[in-house]
Amino acid sequence: MTQTVGIRPGFSDPVMGAQRSFRAVLDAMSRPGVIRSTSTGNPPPVPLSEATAAICLGLVDHDTPLWLAPAFDRPEVTAFLRFHCGCAIIDRPADAAFAITTGADLPPLGDFALGDDAYPEHSTTVIVQVDGLGTDGGLTLSGPGIETTHRLTVEGVRAGLWDDWAANRELFPRGVDLILVHGAKLAALPRTVAVDTPKED
Amino acid sequence: MSTVIQHPSAQHPSAAKTETTPVAMIEGYNFAYLDEQTKRMIRRAILKAVAVPGYQVPFGSREMPLPYGWGTGGIQVTAAVIGPDDTLKVIDQGADDTTNAVNIRRFFAKTAGVATTEKTADASIIQTRHRIPEKPLTEEQILVYQVPIPEPLRQLEARETETRKMHALEEYGVMHVSLYEDIATFGRITRSYNYPVKVADRYVMAPSPIPKFDNPKMNRMPALQLFGAGREKRIYAVPPYTKVESLDFEDHPFTIESWEENCALCGATDSYLDEVVIDDKGGKMFVCSDSDYCQERREAGHVGDGGPPHTESDGR
Repeated sequence: MTQTVGIRPGFSDPVMGAQRSFRAVLDAMSRPGVIRSTSTGNPPPVPLSEATAAICLGLVDHDTPLWLAPAFDRPEVTAFLRFHCGCAIIDRPADAAFAITTGADLPPLGDFALGDDAYPEHSTTVIVQVDGLGTDGGLTLSGPGIETTHRLTVEGVRAGLWDDWAANRELFPRGVDLILVHGAKLAALPRTVAVDTPKED
Repeated sequence: MSTVIQHPSAQHPSAAKTETTPVAMIEGYNFAYLDEQTKRMIRRAILKAVAVPGYQVPFGSREMPLPYGWGTGGIQVTAAVIGPDDTLKVIDQGADDTTNAVNIRRFFAKTAGVATTEKTADASIIQTRHRIPEKPLTEEQILVYQVPIPEPLRQLEARETETRKMHALEEYGVMHVSLYEDIATFGRITRSYNYPVKVADRYVMAPSPIPKFDNPKMNRMPALQLFGAGREKRIYAVPPYTKVESLDFEDHPFTIESWEENCALCGATDSYLDEVVIDDKGGKMFVCSDSDYCQERREAGHVGDGGPPHTESDGR
């Protein structure tokens, strides 16, 4: 007997839900550090957050292999994503178009697909679930999409990420793009954005 | 300039009546015409385009119910972006009421049921063929360009394999040589539209065939700019507040067109003017290319030296 797994519902309205989820991501991606929110309208399987589920159901399909960090590699999650997105779930982050991970488990950014100089779009978009997102301080962002600077607080990411990010930015036009997610909230860091961390005393 | 218009109503020459009856949605198509899988593919391309400003992302352009050259790329981008809460404006060479603009507006009214407008300030998405509105755009707006030839180097190098390498290596010498040849032959850079720009100090990009008059408006524009080329199957983007520089030389700096005339209808001195032939005796006048800008100025009481004052019977 095969074990059956309950599949949680996806978008309450698939067409409008996908459009709203995309616009939230587009807005976040074109104005790095701005926080938007999105959800499917139904609670996703643990440990996917509302925004992660809405982003995946809006953008991931059979054309985009997905990599899951070990914390997400659970039957309820893989069944949910395979059923609603129809995507392949793969073992190597370097082959992934999208990836889902937590801030603490985020692999070195160089492990993901980085694209090449002729086709920089062949890179992974990494959805990173963090412990908190805010606009009251922490990081100072600058680059395309930002008038002067934006402030962003990100809680619960592994040590060394921002050094890793600076190296990712050096690769431009290659590099990964991050979508940071907490609950229904999301903020995006496209590869162009420069992140200044507060100086340690 | 003192041309007197023969035209009794003295409307903007391209002015049409506002559609009074709302356009009914047609049944049997997905929201905004395209199927969901196509929209996802276009949406992913748009996100990559935003992440790599000025880079042309290939996408699987679909057959659309209008011919190539009529805005198939712009329509697909708009269809992937638009939602029920959006208000759409479509312009063709600045005017809201030419065949192309009217039909694309009606297309989205019919397939997505969205509100449409001719007022620049009221629109959340503006699809444009070859102009940027005169009124500065805001952070709440998205400008979608219809692009015929997305590759700025195509006239200089026909092979895609080569132009792709040139972009990858940031090797744009051939473009500068082309601009320099203009100077050597004519004493100035003669390109007046589709004038190449450099985006965020990296990619040379075709701004689509907008007049070079509009190039400075692209620089650090608060609105997101998306470009769709349907036949050539490319999408590219300029994020808000991104540096867009027109290519030039230190001793031959970039300049925009200027006119000795003002707009004959609204008297504007700062807008892009079209020359309009008004009779068969060589009579002509210059009017704003941006019909909404001209109308708004006339409603505010501005009068050019070529036309009678605005009256309520002008329609709109």
